[in-house]
Amino acid sequence: MSRKRVAIRDHSAEANLFARRAFFSFIIVTIAVLILFINLYHLQVEQHELYQTKSNLNRIKLQPIAPNRGLIYDRHGRLLATNKPIFNLEVIPEKVKNIEDTVDELQTLIGFSDEDKASFFKEMKRQRRFKSIPLKTNLDETALATFSVNQHRFPGVSIEARLKRYYPYKGVLTHALGYVGKINKRDLMKLTEEGLEEQYKATRDIGKNGVERYYEKVLHGKVGAEEVEVNNRGRVVRRLSTTPPVPGKDIYLTLDVELQQIAQKALKGLRGAVVVMDPKDGGILALYSNPSYDPNLFVHGISSRDYKKLQSIDRPLINRATQGRYPPASTIKPLMGLLGLESGLVTEKTTIFDPGFYQIPGSTHKYRDWKPWGHGKVDIYRSIEESCDTYFYDLAYRLGIDRISEFMTGFGFGEKTGIDIKEENSGIMPSKGWKRARFGKPWYPGETTSVGIGQSYWTTTPIQLATAITALVNRGVYYPPHLLRNFQVGEQKQPYVIEEKPPIQLKKNRHWDIILSAMHTTVSKQTGSAHKAFKGAVYDSAGKTGTAQVVTIGQDEKYDAEKIDERKRDNAMYVGFAPYDDPRIVVVIALENAGGGGSQAAPIARQVMDYYFGSSVGVRHALSR
Amino acid sequence: MHYPDKKKTPADWLSTFHIDWPLMLALLSLMSISLVVVYSASGQDMGLMNRQAVRLGVALFVCFAVAQIPPLVYRRLSVPVYLISIMLLVAVLVVGHVGKGAQRWLDIGFIKFQPSEILKMVLPMTVAWYISRQPMPPRLIHIAAGFAITLVPTLLIFKQPDFGTSLLIASSGIFVLFLAGMSWRLIGFFGCLSIPLGAILWFYLLRDYQKQRVLTFLNPESDPLGSGYHIIQSKIAIGSGGLEGKGWLMGTQSQLEFLPERHTDFIFSVFSEEFGLIGIGLLLAIYMFIIGRGLLIAARSQHPFTKLLAGSLTLTFFVYFFVNIGMVSGLLPVVGVPLPLVSYGGTSMVTLMAGFGILNAIATNKKIYNR
Repeated sequence: MSRKRVAIRDHSAEANLFARRAFFSFIIVTIAVLILFINLYHLQVEQHELYQTKSNLNRIKLQPIAPNRGLIYDRHGRLLATNKPIFNLEVIPEKVKNIEDTVDELQTLIGFSDEDKASFFKEMKRQRRFKSIPLKTNLDETALATFSVNQHRFPGVSIEARLKRYYPYKGVLTHALGYVGKINKRDLMKLTEEGLEEQYKATRDIGKNGVERYYEKVLHGKVGAEEVEVNNRGRVVRRLSTTPPVPGKDIYLTLDVELQQIAQKALKGLRGAVVVMDPKDGGILALYSNPSYDPNLFVHGISSRDYKKLQSIDRPLINRATQGRYPPASTIKPLMGLLGLESGLVTEKTTIFDPGFYQIPGSTHKYRDWKPWGHGKVDIYRSIEESCDTYFYDLAYRLGIDRISEFMTGFGFGEKTGIDIKEENSGIMPSKGWKRARFGKPWYPGETTSVGIGQSYWTTTPIQLATAITALVNRGVYYPPHLLRNFQVGEQKQPYVIEEKPPIQLKKNRHWDIILSAMHTTVSKQTGSAHKAFKGAVYDSAGKTGTAQVVTIGQDEKYDAEKIDERKRDNAMYVGFAPYDDPRIVVVIALENAGGGGSQAAPIARQVMDYYFGSSVGVRHALSR
Repeated sequence: MHYPDKKKTPADWLSTFHIDWPLMLALLSLMSISLVVVYSASGQDMGLMNRQAVRLGVALFVCFAVAQIPPLVYRRLSVPVYLISIMLLVAVLVVGHVGKGAQRWLDIGFIKFQPSEILKMVLPMTVAWYISRQPMPPRLIHIAAGFAITLVPTLLIFKQPDFGTSLLIASSGIFVLFLAGMSWRLIGFFGCLSIPLGAILWFYLLRDYQKQRVLTFLNPESDPLGSGYHIIQSKIAIGSGGLEGKGWLMGTQSQLEFLPERHTDFIFSVFSEEFGLIGIGLLLAIYMFIIGRGLLIAARSQHPFTKLLAGSLTLTFFVYFFVNIGMVSGLLPVVGVPLPLVSYGGTSMVTLMAGFGILNAIATNKKIYNR
């Protein structure tokens, strides 16, 4: 080929060269397209399932559906906690043209606080624009009617019905039932720890206290799910399928709401607690703490003003029946007597002379009896009937603290009873070891003396006392207290499994009889400390009074209720059971700064027993006697 | 070259329009596919459909008009138009309209247009004009000059920055040189040279967002919500389409808007999701047919200029769809090249159809030249 500037062109050679190059290009193009196709085959056929899954993960979302919370009934099937529909005014921001104007108009129409308004706008910023946001919760009927008439003026605003917990008996059962409240950060952390946060995806409230808290898992149920198709902004395009939620189980409590009401009435104006227990199984018939409050306040989120009220000096938030720590005082004497008999230090026949005080051998310090001139010659029966302090000062001193502590621990003192609510205190059963650990000081023998009459460091909760007395009247058979009677499982009621602890064994069964009979005569004998309170009762009861000093009285001072500060007055205590020969209820009363056990606490126990044996259940029993 | 005494057959009548009908039918079928897929990808947006239909009409008209002009007219016009285009490109860089972070548009009062689009046709024309003046295969000096003609607009467009277009323009120039018979040794040499050139490109010329695209391409999962999102969603759309596809208007990735740029650069993903591998096979067959037909037209034409021009235009069209499909299916980085004749968008549609107008002109004017 010529290399000259002006070449003679060989057109056919050029055409051939071009044809070869074009053909080569076509081969390259074909290969390239094949590579594309192979890659697409890889994606669409070989990896199809992977991408199909990814595509579904993009578009299909599960929306949780909240289960309905189980209802709570009392032992007679009376509804204690229910789910009530409430009506919320809700707004979908996306569907509203001018949100500020609309909210202002609604405010003049319905009337809600600026606080509601502020929280609505705060929530609106957090949520997607197509999500419904409550503006005013719990509309009353007037507001409902007003809005319904004007609804056409407010596109994108609607009334939504939601279920809210409602406690029809208000303050009657607060401390036993507890309440539900909005799930807070701490609840959420706990749920996450337990791996339950998925179950609460659609739920706003959780049990905060009492039975509502303890049986949360039973009451809550199982979350349902709705499978929906969403677009890239999360908006639901259509519903695909629904797995309905499993509602929580209904539960029946051992409580009797009427007994609760009696207790509430009896404790009006007082601070204290009433515990009524069925000695046959440990079921709690009444668990009332006064002052009480309306748990419904907490369901909708309590206002700060209302909450401040609950912070008062009377401390209504405390469950006095399970958290109140009271010196058991003389109510402990029957058990002390039992220990005395068991230890062999005293017998049925042993008597002492009470001059009105007790002195530890070799000491001049006088431990005063409540009766300044003394009870004279007393045995175990009289010492319980008349609540002689000197007898028990002496007995306790001779027993020594460790023996007392060990025996009493067997009746559950110093330990939580394990009742099925979490707000419980263990009280204090003092011992040498306890004192050293708590104060770093040795135990002094003089302290044992006051332990003998249920004072000193010894504190108990009313529920502990009820449990211990139950064990006593059952002659050692011990039932942990419980509020649950049965779960509703479908059509069936599944009963609460009673956890029976190993019974307390005595050397002589006769010892039970001695003590129980002394408690009987405490009520039945003219001289018994509870005789006056139970005079004329149609049933045969037994019991023990207690009057606990809250402040130490000086050696030669006289206690005068009228003269001292109300908060320093004695606590009144009473433990009792009835009928004597076949006990059906154990009653414990604890009243703060109310005065004497016999004069103040025992009459309340009488009211409770009167109701119990007067009511339809009891009448039959009373008649059969 | 017809016989006046013979009656005109329908075929003769059709040939007077200077249209290569097999090519035109393939192009029309692509356009029909475009309408079908854009309708789905836009979420049944009729306003958008109308605009697309108008564009297709304009593009067809331009194609038809361009086909009526004898190819040698283009040969004569190529140099002046090339020079004007270069000036316009400079003007774009100085006073251009900024859109999407890049200066591509020139606003001349009544119309905004991209000078780079003109170059898509004028550059291969100019290089073909230059190379075809010499006997083939071209000498080294002519190849160097051809490169220079190519490099000037490529760099100017790259500066805008518009990597996709500069890539298309550079390849259209190089295709002319290759088809002209550039020696294999030289091709090998440039192949080796491309490695250091690539390094220079990476470290000195590529903008951050362009580098990011390349990095994302290499590992899309590294940034699943940011720049990797496009490619991940695109692969999910394609892969979930499977063999038969989810059906027209049934692609969840596109209809529920998980897929970005659905009716423009990523329209192939929508197509793949809804029509599956079977649909893809058909689409690729149409593209292959157009390439084959284009190269055949080039090989059959009689003049070196028309051969080179037709061949280059055809191969550039290949680069178009190869880069687009490669990028949406994760084989190539995302460079912003639409799927030719299918993606929604006016400018590229008109330019491409103008290019096919030239191809038609070449196909129907092959016997005009005298040796």
